[in-house]
Amino acid sequence: MKLLTANFITCSVKSCQSVTPALSFRDAELAREEIDFSPLFLRNILPRIDWPLLQRTAKELGFPALPETKPELSPIAEGDEEGVGSEEEQKLLKELHSLLLETSVQSGKLVCANCGHEYPISQGIANFLLPNHLV
Amino acid sequence: MSTDSNPITTEAEEKKEEVYEAEHVHKVYDIIAPHFSATRYKPWPIVERFLREMPAGSVGLDVGCGNGKYLGVNPSLFMIGTDRSRGLASIANHEFKHEAHVADALDLPHPPGRFDFAISIAVIHHFSSPERRVQAVRSILATLRTDKENPGRALIYVWALEQKNSRRGWDENSPQDVFVPWVLQKGNKSKQPKEKSQKQAKNLVETEVKATASPSGDSAQTRAACEPEEEKKEAEPNPVYNRYYHLYKQGELGADAVEAGGKVIEAGYEKDNHWAIIIPA
Repeated sequence: MKLLTANFITCSVKSCQSVTPALSFRDAELAREEIDFSPLFLRNILPRIDWPLLQRTAKELGFPALPETKPELSPIAEGDEEGVGSEEEQKLLKELHSLLLETSVQSGKLVCANCGHEYPISQGIANFLLPNHLV
Repeated sequence: MSTDSNPITTEAEEKKEEVYEAEHVHKVYDIIAPHFSATRYKPWPIVERFLREMPAGSVGLDVGCGNGKYLGVNPSLFMIGTDRSRGLASIANHEFKHEAHVADALDLPHPPGRFDFAISIAVIHHFSSPERRVQAVRSILATLRTDKENPGRALIYVWALEQKNSRRGWDENSPQDVFVPWVLQKGNKSKQPKEKSQKQAKNLVETEVKATASPSGDSAQTRAACEPEEEKKEAEPNPVYNRYYHLYKQGELGADAVEAGGKVIEAGYEKDNHWAIIIPA
């Protein structure tokens, strides 16, 4: 599970879905896989990120602290079709690319702070099926 | 401890349907996953258009993603797929490098109201009661953004009852709950077949079936009338697995959408399927 995905995941139990944030990683084993860097993709996706949740996930997994607030990027200059931006912005986008898209949790579990249910992750795939008593 | 004098409770019914779907849908897809995946690589045009028209940076779900053939159609989107079958989610994840996980469409692991779009293609016709089919639409709609100006939208595809011109020949008077056989091609692993053999495989796998099926039906009724043609040629017959389907009548998907708290903004019929684009009402 990529860290970007984790930003759009919550407990499958309905009554836990209004609790933020409901899930935490435990015993996570991470993997890194290099993938093509697209600054434009990250620029477009950044507005959709739940920043406090991402900060929390990064902290749980032992990454250096992220900025306090979601970075504001300046509009891309004319002719900059790939959305590279300034040197400073490119550095930031590369860091986000590495964290959100190149880093994934290969095994471990996601634990709900509300109901306590544990969702196992193995071979990079999380299993969100609920036991019958939780449905 | 008191005993329940009326054992037929809604909960018991619900449980029965779950067990039924586990046997006649989930188990089958896990067994046939590699072969099924090998025959599913071409996106359907309306689904492809829906995905290509989404603004760059949109975030969406594919509920019942199968091998993930829609997850990479538009690389400017971020999509998360889920499937009830671990076998299929694994193929999407490991073979095609998509974000695919295991979940039930009725219990989606996503925060409500956060997604720009969702697709669910040929999935919710596998739920075996009207309540569960409506619940599936409700569950998908719950993930979508609700802003009045620009709400999230879901594209849902289901198999149609009205397909007189198809090889199966069903029409509006045919039974709506059926078993559809999958003839497992032995030795056909996850390798993508060539165009020609692909066509043949498709003719073999979805053999016509006229039997009715339902969670409450007896076994004689639910027996699928399936005699795969190639059995004659093969020394060892290929195993046949039956999948449960509910075939939707014209207008049924729209009615389910309304009952689920949605509003249909576009709908149509394409190649033996009904489809609808639904927004939260």
